[in-house]
Order: sequence, then structure tokens, then C-alpha cells
Amino acid sequence: MYAYDELDRTLLHERVEEFRDQVKRRLSGELTEDEFKILRLQNGVYLQLHAYMFRVAIPYGTLSSKQLRALAHVARRYDRGYGHFTTRQNIQFNWIKLAELPDALADLAEVGIHAMQTSGNNMRNVTSDQWAGVAPGEVEDPRIWSELLRQHTTLHPEFSFLPRKFKIAITASEHDRAAIKIHDIGLRLHKNADGETGFEVLVGGGLGRTPFIAKTIKPFVHGRDILSYVEAILRVYNQYGRRDNIYKARIKILVHELGIEKFGKEVEEEWQQLRDSALTLDDAAIEEVRSRFSYPAYEKLPHMPDELKQAAHDPVFERWRKNSVFPHKVQGYSIVTLSLKPVGGPPGDATAEQMDVIADLADRYSFGEIRVGHEQNLALPHVAKRDLPALWKALDKAGLATPNVNLVSDIIACPGLDYCSLANARSIPIAQELTRRFANHDTAGLIGRLHINISGCINACGHHHVGHIGILGVEKNGEEFYQITIGGRADESAALGTLIGPSVPYAEVADVVEDIVEAYLALRDSPDELFIDTVKRLGVEPFRERVYATR
Amino acid sequence: MTSPLEQKKIRITGPSVVTANRTRDGVVIYRTAQQGWSAQLADAAIVRTSDDARALLAEAVADDVGAIGAYIAPVEIKDNGVIAPGNLREHIRSEGLTIELPVSA
Amino acid sequence: MPLVKNGKIATDIYVHVADDAQIPANGAILVPAGRFLEDPEALLKRPDKVGVLWPNNRDLDDLVPYLDRLAAVALVFPSFRDGRAYSQARLLRERYRYRGELRATGQVLRDQFVFMLRAGFDALDVKKEKDADAFADTVKRYTVFYQPTGDGRATALSRRTQLRHSESASP
Repeated sequence: MYAYDELDRTLLHERVEEFRDQVKRRLSGELTEDEFKILRLQNGVYLQLHAYMFRVAIPYGTLSSKQLRALAHVARRYDRGYGHFTTRQNIQFNWIKLAELPDALADLAEVGIHAMQTSGNNMRNVTSDQWAGVAPGEVEDPRIWSELLRQHTTLHPEFSFLPRKFKIAITASEHDRAAIKIHDIGLRLHKNADGETGFEVLVGGGLGRTPFIAKTIKPFVHGRDILSYVEAILRVYNQYGRRDNIYKARIKILVHELGIEKFGKEVEEEWQQLRDSALTLDDAAIEEVRSRFSYPAYEKLPHMPDELKQAAHDPVFERWRKNSVFPHKVQGYSIVTLSLKPVGGPPGDATAEQMDVIADLADRYSFGEIRVGHEQNLALPHVAKRDLPALWKALDKAGLATPNVNLVSDIIACPGLDYCSLANARSIPIAQELTRRFANHDTAGLIGRLHINISGCINACGHHHVGHIGILGVEKNGEEFYQITIGGRADESAALGTLIGPSVPYAEVADVVEDIVEAYLALRDSPDELFIDTVKRLGVEPFRERVYATR
Repeated sequence: MTSPLEQKKIRITGPSVVTANRTRDGVVIYRTAQQGWSAQLADAAIVRTSDDARALLAEAVADDVGAIGAYIAPVEIKDNGVIAPGNLREHIRSEGLTIELPVSA
Repeated sequence: MPLVKNGKIATDIYVHVADDAQIPANGAILVPAGRFLEDPEALLKRPDKVGVLWPNNRDLDDLVPYLDRLAAVALVFPSFRDGRAYSQARLLRERYRYRGELRATGQVLRDQFVFMLRAGFDALDVKKEKDADAFADTVKRYTVFYQPTGDGRATALSRRTQLRHSESASP
């Protein structure tokens, strides 16, 4: 956990008071909506269909139990008793009142949480691997660097009015759980031949109307230079990114139009001017941030405790354990994913009561720490294996032990037309219907790893382009239709999905997905071949044939 | 931001209302015939010509303090005179989500 | 449009010369970039102060050779959402060591004052009277800053490492 010091706390309080003044001026008419809009966006406040939506940052997906309780408190006191975890390690509240927002922010500031720059054309929440610091084989904890970048990009005087929003993600593992290749800047932490820590820097990834997979701009930037290098990228983007067309304003378009070589050259020139400056991080500065991350005092525990051996006789427990429990870097401990995808439920939602339960369980079993992943699930990162049976019972009671992590019903979905003013079609009911179709956990287990991603419009908040099966809502003559792609993925082998055929009406989406899954089961060369690999091997055509043969 | 009034082609094809969200709490509101706002679609002023729609919208937009994002939305007038939302989006805005909330509201 | 200079409401001594207007023989002038570049040497020979109004989509390279002879550079915010002039301001101050008046013009609003000062502006053509009156209070909103910029304010990181250093140095 990163512990805020007096300076971080002061800044948060100053920000809250500034926003309080801005809201007051808005409600009195001193600020027009046009003037106020960017100010509220920079504090995470959108206007949606029914009300304001309030997006709170969970930097690099790490939360303390105290912070989670504060989120539960906000859900209860200022909203309707629940929150929605997003694909960018944020949480959204859907029913907030503008007049009460400063108080909600003040309550969150007490526990060191904020909503700064969770929207608007500035640097968004810096995200990372939800298993940072606990994943086996990690180069080092990427959150140290995430926090350095978070601070550097918070209220940045030069980059608070960029052409468009800007997202950074960091990973330090072979397997990318942070989806860095679909970010404006993706950072892959690794060591050079001399054993020094640095980053492969990728740039220009993003989804939306014009999706791109990020390209490597520099294979190795030394850790001490990462702030100056990011600053150089942002400066080039701030000056040359397009501002004439909102759909062409992201850095991916600039990178695409200039080409990565030319863009890289511009950045390199700028960086040569910037690199030896106050932005260079000396060891003391890095150490300063590192020192404020605390790590649990792990016990020396057996790899296979008796409690686990005993519980293995219960097939229901075993199914959950095999699905939701993952290896930890310390022997005797596990990472436990908490599925927020119950059958028939809206993906990523948690009630205030569930948040409180999770906070209590984190205190009891996970050194008070919770993680949020981009798949819209939570995790307890430090669970002693002997505690798994007891934890499972408690999670099951709270509806948090659905054994569908990474399976077909572990769906990523945006809020869609039920909430969002940008959406063309609904996402949540589609997801709910799919979870009902695949409610049988044995069948889901047989199908194996399969990511379904649903977006209610081209802005792609549900990351449909990189779903193994991607579903995009569109509008056709006032009716909801859905385009379906297959073969996308968001990990280290990131790829964009391919359209399988004409869009289908709302009522047929679940049937089509079932057909695709059946086609896969018939086409795979062995039970070990994952859906995504079958699509890669055979292409879209055999799937298209089967799905559209009868339509 | 382009003012909705600058969108030259305000053309309606059927009965319409002007709707927005209330500034202080975001609640969905409808412009009434009495130069005010109501949270009930039943209270909305109905316009049937493009000129009337433009005039009602102009009046609504002028209230920048009270309301955000005013626009013209289609409605359907039922045989019994009841005003119903004219499309799914407006239906959701007026009647609420098509799914159950994770907790009872 | 009140001018706030070095923290106080001030009188604008510059005559803003339009693209096609006659350039006055005397007095401080602020001329558009294109006009200035037509014959910079002639303008710079005038006995009184010369400032240039520089658009936010034009490279600074053409301006740099004249910086030490310019009394003012005015950068433009055509909309408060367009942040290009923040980069230009930092480049002028931090890379090209420009020390004259650096003015923000256009949509200059209260809620961007702190950013502008941090980027190196020392004169603001504030759009609203009320915002200019609130200047002193507004710029006191923040006491903690994370980024090093040319304005010289200590960053949170440097304050921390200093504190740590003094703690470990004390007996």
C-alpha cells in the first residue's frame, strides 16, 4: 500500500475546496455550463441519462480496506447503495447530486482517494497490473513507477488541456494483465543487459472509433528518465495533436498520421533537450516513493496446509479454488479473485454491503488490501492458503464466489444505454442474458478461457475490439443492433477482433454467441486449444459459416 | 460547445418535447408550457412544428443555471392523450433502467 | 478585459496593433506575429517597447532570434480548452530563457490561473472583471505541487527528500 503523507493530503484537500468553490459558482450562475463542464470533468463528474455520474480513481488498482469502506459509505450516503468498477481501475457512482459532490469528495479525501482527472482531456488514472507486487516472476513492483507517474501527471500545468484524454498503463510481468497495448502510453518494465530497471515504451494504442494496437517507440528508457521521456511525448502531442476533430484528437491518430518513426524522432529531439533536467529521478527520489509502499509481514507457511487438503474433498470448493485462486510469489499464500459477475447480474457492480464485507475479509485474510482489475473483478492479494476454505464460505455467502473468472460468463461490459448518454444500445441486459445462457459452470469450464466484451457504442468502454468475442451496440432505424467480432485480445499478444458478419438484433445476440461457442467446440483440435487459438488457426470464416448458415 | 440552437436544421417529424437534466441534481426534466421545468413527462409542453420546437428549445437553453443539455426529443401521444417517450433512450430516461438495480432503489 | 500583471491589476501600456492598422510612431506596441516577421529589425529599432502576439499553432523557432529584444510575448488561448500555449510558455521560459513579459490572452479564466503562473506567464489578460478581482485568492488555492517547472516552486518530491535528509542529518 502507498501511504499518503501530509503533502499528498494537503493537495487533496486543496482540490476539494477548489471544486467546492467551482460548484458554488456554477449553481449561482457565475459559471456557465460551458465553462464549468471541463472543471467538473477534471473532477470525474459526467452527466448521464438519469443523473450525474461520479468516477473515482483507484490508482494502479490498489485499495485499503478503509478506502473500500469509504467507497461503500459514498454509495450509501450520496448514491443508491452500489458502485460500478470499470475497465480502468475506477469506480463509478451513477446517481450523485452535483450539490452534494464536494462533500462526497471531502469524505473520500479523508482516506486518500480522489477523482482528479478521471475524465477530461488530461492524464487519466495511471493503471497497472492488479497483481502488482504479488505476481510470481515480476521484474519489480510497477506501482512505485505508477505512483511516480501519478504524482507527476496530477494537476500538470502544461498538460491539463491536451487535445484529448490520455491514458498510461504499466506492467512488470511477462503476461500483460494491464492491457498496455491499448493505451496511449504503455510501459513494460524490464531490465537491460546491465541489470538496470527501465521501460519498453509503447505509444498510440487505443480503441474507440479508430482502434490501434500501440507500437514500440523506444525499447529501453532507463527508470531515472521515465518522467522526462513521458514529458517529451506529451509535449509533442500537446502541440501537434489534432484539435479540429474530436474523433481524430487522440495520440494514436497523430502517431498513425506521422508514422511511428517520424513521431519517435520528434519525441527523441524533444527528449534530448529535456532529459538532463529536474525531471531526472535520482535514487533518493525513487527510494522516497518506494519507502511509502508497505508490504505485509508474511509468515513462513507450508505450501499445502491441512485446511486445504481437507477442503479439497468438497467439489464445490475445489471448483472455486481451481478457478479463482492464483499463485502468489510467497509460498503458502494465494491471490484470490472475487468475481463481480454473478449469473444474471450487471458486470462489475458491487453493493455497499458487499464492499463492507470485502473490506472486513481483507482485514481478516489479506492484510487489509484489495485490488481492482481491468476485467471488472476484485482481488484479495495476500491470502494464506490455510484461510482459503474459510474465505470461500464467507465470499459465497456474499455472492462473491461465482467460479467463472476468465470464463465465458466473466463478461466485461460498459454501462450501455441503461445509464450512458453516449450509448446507442444496451450492454448490461445482453451480458445478463449471456451469463444465464452459460450459467452451468461445468459447461463453462469445458469451454475454457473465453473473454466476452460488450460496448454500447463505438467509444468502446467495454473494450469490444479486444474481446475474444466482441459485441458492439449500434443503432439501426431506431432499433438496437449488435456487431460481433471474434479473435481480439488485450494481453501481450494484443489484437483487434474481426467482424464476423452483418449486425444482429438485440434478441438474437445470445443465440449468435451460443452458435459461435458451439462452432468452437466442434472446431477445436483438442480440449486444450483455447477459443482464441482456434480463431487464430482457422480464421473467421468457419465461424461465419456456422453462425450465418441458418440466418 | 455548439449551441443546440446553432444546429440549423431543427426539424421535427412528429410531436416532440424539450428535455434536459436539472443542474443541481441531474434529474431528468421536461420544459413545460409555463416557462418552467417538471420532472414528469406528463407536464411537458408538446410542440408539433419545427418553429415551435425551435422556440421552446431557445427558451429552455436560456436557462443555463437551471438545466443542462436541453434538446428536442420525440414523444408519442396515445389515444387516451397520455404522453409516452418516442424512443428507447427517452423511455429509459423517463421510466428508468430496463434492468433491476443491484439493490432496491 | 482587465490585465493582471505580477499579481496586481495593471494598466495595459501596449497598443494592440491589428494586422492592417498603422503602426504608431511612439509608445509600446503589441503586433501580430506575421506583421512582426515582415520586418522585425525595423520594428525593434523603435524607441519604445515592442511585443509580439504569437499564435498557438506556430513554431517558436521564428521568434527565438528576437527574444532578447522583445519586451513582451503574448500567447493565445483561443478557447480555455486549448492548452498549446502552456507548452509554448514553458519553452520560452525554460528552454529559451526568455525574461520579458509573458502574457496570456484570449479565454483566460480564473480556474486556469494557477496553471498559467506555473507555466511561466506573469501577465494575464483576464476575460472577466470578477475573475481578476479574485486573482489573489485564487492563486493561493494550492500550496503543493508535484511537477518541477520554471516557476521555481519546490515540488513535493524535493520537499520530501529534503525533509528526509534533514531528519537523518539531525542527531
